[in-house]
Amino acid sequence: MQSLFVKPHWIRCFGVELRRFVALCGLVMVVACSRSGISADDTKAGNASNGVVAKNSETVAAEGLLVEFIDQQLRQAWLDNEILPSEAATDEEWVRRIHLDLCGRIPTLEEVKSFLKDKNPRKRFVLIETLLADEDYVTNFTTIWTNNSIGRATPRRVSRTGMEKFYREAFAKDRPWNEIVVDIVTASGHYEENGAVNYTLAQMQNQDDGVQLTATTTRLFLGLQVQCTQCHNHPFNKWQQDQFWEYNSFFRQVKKMEHRKLDPNTGGMVDDYSEVLWQDFSGPVYYEKRSGMMQVAFPRFEGHEVDPGGDTDRRTEFGRLLTESIDGQAPHIAQAMVNRMWSHFFGYGFTRPVDDMGPHNPASHPELLDRLSHEFVASGYNIKQLIRTICAAEAYGLGSQFNNKNKSDDPAAGEIPLFSHLYLKSMQAEQMYDSLIVASNAHQSGRGGWSAQEEQRQKWMQQFVVVFENDENDESTTFNGTIPQALMMMNSDLIDKACSIERGSFLFETMSKPGTEPQKIQELYLAALSRYPTRFEISKFQKMLSGNSYRNNKLDGYQDLFWALLNSNEFVLIH
Amino acid sequence: MSLWNNYGMNRRHFMQHMATAAATIPAMNFLSHVQANADVVRSKQKACILMWMGGGPPTIDIWDLKPGSKNGGEFQPIDTAAPGVQISEHLPETAKIFQDLSLVRSMSTREADHGRGRYYMQTSFVPNPTVVHPTFGSVVSYELGRNRKALEIPAFVSIDGGAGQAGFLGMTHAPFVVDNTGRIRNAPTEEGRSRLDGRLTMLEEIESSFMASRRGDLPMAHKDVYRNAVNLMKSNQMTAFDVAKAEASLGLEVESEATKEAYGKNGFGQGLLMARRLVQVGVPFVEVNMGGWDLHAGVFDTLKNQRLPQLDKGIAAITADLRKRGMLDNTVLVWMGEFGRTPRINQDVGRDHWAASWSVLMGGGGLKNGQAIGATDKDGVQISDGSKAYLPGDIWATVAMAMGIPVNTVHTSKRGRPMKLANGGTPIQELIG
Repeated sequence: MQSLFVKPHWIRCFGVELRRFVALCGLVMVVACSRSGISADDTKAGNASNGVVAKNSETVAAEGLLVEFIDQQLRQAWLDNEILPSEAATDEEWVRRIHLDLCGRIPTLEEVKSFLKDKNPRKRFVLIETLLADEDYVTNFTTIWTNNSIGRATPRRVSRTGMEKFYREAFAKDRPWNEIVVDIVTASGHYEENGAVNYTLAQMQNQDDGVQLTATTTRLFLGLQVQCTQCHNHPFNKWQQDQFWEYNSFFRQVKKMEHRKLDPNTGGMVDDYSEVLWQDFSGPVYYEKRSGMMQVAFPRFEGHEVDPGGDTDRRTEFGRLLTESIDGQAPHIAQAMVNRMWSHFFGYGFTRPVDDMGPHNPASHPELLDRLSHEFVASGYNIKQLIRTICAAEAYGLGSQFNNKNKSDDPAAGEIPLFSHLYLKSMQAEQMYDSLIVASNAHQSGRGGWSAQEEQRQKWMQQFVVVFENDENDESTTFNGTIPQALMMMNSDLIDKACSIERGSFLFETMSKPGTEPQKIQELYLAALSRYPTRFEISKFQKMLSGNSYRNNKLDGYQDLFWALLNSNEFVLIH
Repeated sequence: MSLWNNYGMNRRHFMQHMATAAATIPAMNFLSHVQANADVVRSKQKACILMWMGGGPPTIDIWDLKPGSKNGGEFQPIDTAAPGVQISEHLPETAKIFQDLSLVRSMSTREADHGRGRYYMQTSFVPNPTVVHPTFGSVVSYELGRNRKALEIPAFVSIDGGAGQAGFLGMTHAPFVVDNTGRIRNAPTEEGRSRLDGRLTMLEEIESSFMASRRGDLPMAHKDVYRNAVNLMKSNQMTAFDVAKAEASLGLEVESEATKEAYGKNGFGQGLLMARRLVQVGVPFVEVNMGGWDLHAGVFDTLKNQRLPQLDKGIAAITADLRKRGMLDNTVLVWMGEFGRTPRINQDVGRDHWAASWSVLMGGGGLKNGQAIGATDKDGVQISDGSKAYLPGDIWATVAMAMGIPVNTVHTSKRGRPMKLANGGTPIQELIG
């Protein structure tokens, strides 16, 4: 029984091995090419890049080895669990997925067509590089980290614009992750001049002695859920109540100041700007044990004591300690980011939830997490390199359909994820918005229209803040579809616009062009679902379009078809 | 068309068929019996209407006046239909039906910030970074909504509301928000409605093939949500939101001009009228919002001229209307804001935030009404000696009991932490008898 199973698997793996070899060669070459062609619109970024170019071949070889390590680790787990991975994703499925994951939107009609036409065997790696250099990559990760940092509903007296500006610059300049985090956790100043402070302002909505700031910082950037220990010792591990308050004591020198100004028109006072300032604080913090006994906690980070005197800038010390490795382990911020990034692409991280790491919650692939984290540190916390590595892994290129031999690999049912097929993810609200915009402008060759629509997008987003708001810490892998969300997809102005048949619209242009009915159905499929319709689908819809309802009004028929495509599960799910 | 409701025939069709048949079959009486029975069944269903006073109402000027105290303000108390219970002179209509209402005058709730106070009063829990607690409407939706098979519209409707969250109970139980005219965001236009059948037929084709493609449960979940949304869009019960249409399709009588007038022709009054219709079709929890209570300045003028007249009409009308329809014993009324306001009157003739001693109004629900429970001292600054101080959890536990939700219910947060209903609050003894 066992041998019957293993043999085909081994053969399969060997086949995969060959493909991987070819593909990895591709990766090495592409990376080398893209590296030398760096466009330095910013001198600082340019200088930083030169360093990378110099160690080009070395880096690239390391990346290749790392990808191989990922593949080997995952395959071992498949073997151990007696499952077979799914077939590789089709180009159609993959091109849609990579656009949504990297750029936060579906590909345009042109992008789909040219990718499918491309005969280059290394075209997937080429596309990863192209998209990493795309403006939409910056927008996408700016959106994600702004939401992580201040939520979708902007809290009072916090500048979303400021926060976005900070992340936009960080991702555009490809700044190392450790520098970004340190900037965030140590930030002071005016909320638009130094956008990084908005993270802190958002966590200081209540006068709570930095409790929220402590809880969010450890969870978001360190992947540690110490907030339970605010009130009691951790039930499952060695974390004690004092640990929360030790972390907390780093944030007691932070002060929020909300300025007001005179409105010359009304003569009344109105809100002006907010800022984060330093305030005097020295010595321990006091907290209450469950027994009612008062305790003290001093600033201490993973065993590193910090001078509790008034001269110490505690947040600066915190920032410094963040990057220290602990007992040979990669720093928390590296592990947390690797875990989060993995989960971004695969729908599940190595731990569940993705931001609850620690001895009580063992990782699904501990060696892999460990190695990726160390390599992330070694790369100088290079985000794009981390992304490139994950996207190049065999598992990311697998199809989302399962087979008889990996049906059990179903984390939605509570199983440990083995990544033997790509798990479905639901589009986030922003992905949905941006994708609908792409679909409705599908005929226009020039892209970039949507980033100019940021204000429009924000306005639209606000009405769905409640509809889409996940609970904090929630993995957004389940379709949290609600009736308001469905009503929005069915009836909103946005969908009306996408399905418009006015002159200049995608549907109008497509319909006015010469072409057969099957060709037009095909265009609609490509624009909405990034794939060709099957012969079966074409004939079915041809039949419907010539039915009674549409015989005299073909345009209505195409409009309804496009509406149906944009409302389908296949559209809203990332697969 | 499978995205449709599966019953094959909805009630309106049924009625139309029967109406045609009525010419030949002398059974019209039977029909109206069916209709009447359905109404009886529904009116026996438990419901809660929460009147949410955003901003924090000065209960010292409304429900717990302090004549003769320096904090007493400008208003005088008047007697009510409940012996010994006095309320503000600006609530004369409410005073007349006070045998059906009760006051809890010894609320002491510690949270005096708008956001935190709202969270605390609506969930019974103080905000906590580890978990989002469900607002009580979501709890009711979760506990009662799933068993109301005949209910085609959401089980928790918030009129003019917004901030309530379903938290760990999941988005299905989040409030369905409408404005007081019954307008639903992204409801289909006439054009959209006429195209829906064709579109859904096409959608069905696309969705089915994706569902058959071995990709797990999510594609199916998507289809389910759409089915619910379409059922909602097509449901006759939707017309309960719309005063002009409700009568035609639901068999509810036309709301007379006098009724509309009685509730008050303002957002709050018309919101309450809509709430009554929603309860009639089986919605177990309706929240009606009235804002503008954050009265840091000019409190008495605003109360006298704007807030209290509206409040008076609305509360009196809904209570009397539910009573007249035999629905009051099954519908519990709760009136509250995020906190009360300072007994001390500030230099702008306003009152600031105050959570230490204030009042909540309850009513209906089969409670022992017509009483005031607890008391504050002569200046209203603290709970009187010998009075029990109540927390929001006690209010909601009382509501739960009135609605038949077991008070010892425990939910589980997403992290597996047990969460007691209403944070372990205790039903108020005097009210449940």
